[in-house]
Amino acid sequence: MQKDNSAPSTPTSARARHRRRSNEFPADESKTNGHLLLVNDHNKYRSMWIRACSSLWMLGFFLLVIYLGHLYVLAMVVIIQIFMARELFNLLRKAHEDKHLPGFRLLNWHFYFTAMLFVYGRILSHRLVNTVTSDKIFYRLVSRLIKYQMVICYFSYIAGFMWFILTLKKKMYKYQFGQFAWTHMILIVVFTQSAFTVANIFEGIFWFLLPASLIAVNDVAAYFFGFFFGKTPLIKISPKKTWEGFIGASVATTISAFVLANIYGSFQWLTCPRKDLSTGWLHCDPGPLFKPEYYPLLPWLPSTEIAILPVQWHALWLGLFASIIAPFGGFFASGFKRAFKIKDFGDSIPGHGGLTDRMDCQMVMAVFAYIYHQSFVVPQDYTVETIMSEQPYFGRAANTVYEVRTDIAGENVRTELKFIQMHFEGDCNQNFLWMKGIVLTLFASPVMVGLDYSLRMSPA
Amino acid sequence: MEKENNIALSSAGTSRVRQRKRSNEVIPEPSKPNGGTLLVDDRNKYKSMWIRTYSTVWMIGGFALVVYMGHLYITAMVVVIQIFMAKELFNLLRKAHEDEHLPGFRLLNWHFFFTAMLFVYGRLLSQPLVNSVTPEKFLYQFVSSLIKYQMAICYFLYIAGFMWFILTLKKNMYKYQFRQYAWTHMILIVVFTQSSFTVANIFEGIFWFLLPASLIVINDIFAYVVGFFFGRTPLIKLSPKKTWEGFIGASVTTMISAFVLANILGQFQWLTCPRKDLSTGWLQCDPGPLFKREYYTLPGWISQWFPWKEISILTVQWHALCLGLFASIIAPFGGFFASGFKRAFKIKDFGDSIPGHGGITDRMDCQMVMAVFAYIYHQSFIVREGISVEKILDQVLTKLTFEEQQTLLTKLGQILQDRLGHS
Repeated sequence: MQKDNSAPSTPTSARARHRRRSNEFPADESKTNGHLLLVNDHNKYRSMWIRACSSLWMLGFFLLVIYLGHLYVLAMVVIIQIFMARELFNLLRKAHEDKHLPGFRLLNWHFYFTAMLFVYGRILSHRLVNTVTSDKIFYRLVSRLIKYQMVICYFSYIAGFMWFILTLKKKMYKYQFGQFAWTHMILIVVFTQSAFTVANIFEGIFWFLLPASLIAVNDVAAYFFGFFFGKTPLIKISPKKTWEGFIGASVATTISAFVLANIYGSFQWLTCPRKDLSTGWLHCDPGPLFKPEYYPLLPWLPSTEIAILPVQWHALWLGLFASIIAPFGGFFASGFKRAFKIKDFGDSIPGHGGLTDRMDCQMVMAVFAYIYHQSFVVPQDYTVETIMSEQPYFGRAANTVYEVRTDIAGENVRTELKFIQMHFEGDCNQNFLWMKGIVLTLFASPVMVGLDYSLRMSPA
Repeated sequence: MEKENNIALSSAGTSRVRQRKRSNEVIPEPSKPNGGTLLVDDRNKYKSMWIRTYSTVWMIGGFALVVYMGHLYITAMVVVIQIFMAKELFNLLRKAHEDEHLPGFRLLNWHFFFTAMLFVYGRLLSQPLVNSVTPEKFLYQFVSSLIKYQMAICYFLYIAGFMWFILTLKKNMYKYQFRQYAWTHMILIVVFTQSSFTVANIFEGIFWFLLPASLIVINDIFAYVVGFFFGRTPLIKLSPKKTWEGFIGASVTTMISAFVLANILGQFQWLTCPRKDLSTGWLQCDPGPLFKREYYTLPGWISQWFPWKEISILTVQWHALCLGLFASIIAPFGGFFASGFKRAFKIKDFGDSIPGHGGITDRMDCQMVMAVFAYIYHQSFIVREGISVEKILDQVLTKLTFEEQQTLLTKLGQILQDRLGHS
């Protein structure tokens, strides 16, 4: 981060993107749009080098975590989420109002903790039950927590709500209500995408890795196409984006979606779903989606055959979405920054700005990937349902048995099955250590938050 | 509505903070000490009480009629209330002159409203809807495919609204537009959370909707009445007209009436039976262990004073005590929140639909908190009591076909084998 201080000594050029210590817009906004295009930057190679370096580090770290497994990916998502929430909480705070309102920041983190408990409680409850433990006390504690999870979260929220009302101060009502609404919006944005990301991870790392890679590929390709060919500006909100970059990136993303799906689909580590919270190796039947089908490359030469996994066709749709609609997440973030006159969401990542700057398109993509998976991929896997649907018309009974996930009756049977399971005293020896690890992670975040708070309160 | 306005305006200038006027601004009287605004000291309080009583009676009457007509009509009433509440709230923080530059922005609000409606009610009503159309094969297939893709449809509608929002961002109006966008989301969350939980409660049995709503009404009325006659000590700075006497009196009354009301309401099968589909006919069902009477003999000294030897108590009355406790202590915070909000943004009432009471949101502010609590309480403490091995076996044997039972057995066997095999 120190290295960038040498930048201001370079001659005046349109360096709107270049990160500086203060988070305000540089005064060269008045220059025409054409001057801001990347093709005309003199120091563009320097900034490209910085961005490339930090990108490579992020990529390397990401690959390592993927190799380690589902739980570690989950932990990484949680950590990214904490930092993103912190960036956003700090964003619209006004320093001098905050002095009159002690404990207001703590309220933000209280709501954060409640949301965390709610979202991850729901997602992981199913998996927690499957991870049978030999430690009876822990097991009973966990099952009780799951049963009353909704009540606990609700009372925690109501406590925060009452705390907010009791600390309303005269003449600061508007600021406090604004902050309250802002807190809710942040939590919704952050937790929606991370909840869907985590749900995708447990369906198989493939469904997390592919969408994330496509967004990264789209970003990188748009940057390079704009770098070399960019001439026509795309949208007023983001003056550095160009039509050439957009279209080039779309084509590149769609092609790489097809190719990447083939590569990723060959690893069982990526394609198998994880039913519990263990970390060992996975074996499973890949399912019809990942079985290669052979098509002759040239129709008249049957010897040139290529193997195509059916999932590659799904990947084409994901690629299309990633290149056309996901960039709107980036436009939203840019518009937001312009509206509130901030330059970047934070400065954690050199060359890229804050964490939220990197995650803005990922958020839109994660939600889409989950919904696509639930609507179009999952129903194809259930062969029992297809058998039953061929028979003359079972009526609603046909839906009451299985994990047809969009069906509420099925949900009830699964829930009741879960409670039958919980009544059995299992005595298996699976390592419950990882379950403790998850619970510890969930509870460790307020500790981190408390540390952060106390560090800030100390006079620095 | 005109008549009340003229009466109000022609009355002498007294501290009438609650009185509705055409313009929605707060009357400037911050210099009076807090004691000046207590209801006991109002001269024209009887007039305002008459107006409020009149509209309250009409509201209760209309409500009772709808409850009598059935689950579907109550759901329709909830939807209508929701639409009006959203309209009030959308209009609230809009600034007229910015809106001229942004045509179609209001349409965006309603687009998001429609998407949220489709999402929430799609999820809630999918099972009853499926149960309703089973007799007809074609409709069944149409409905089940609609339900399967419901999430995808709602998502794409939302994304369309999102893209529309971004493409209509206008220079120099970014801040206003983002604020309106955030405001829209907050409104939709508040409105749809409570209405979706209300509708979920209704289909579990009208009892679980009627009892919490009645408790809030009773709490409001008794707080008003007790504060009217005995109110001296102010309760909270946010709502200067509320008093501690009113609060405590209302709490006691609410708990007692919770106990009594649960007894009365629990006797009607129309109120206690859950509705599994979207029909409107009469309901018959086994009330379940919650609504079975238990007889307690009263101790001897009571039977000397009162003619009863034993009283019958439904199990649900104990649950109603918890609901009453929540309604009297925590639900008023919804009202405080609404008051604080009005002060923060310097508005007098959310709207003026109901004479004497303000807008619909003014009436629904405590109901919202209560509806959510009632649903969560029901899901956590009441539904769980119903699960037992016998009940599940009963469901499996009666509702599944033979092949499904076999497959269930195989799956269950596999799961249990895995568990035992690991030990």
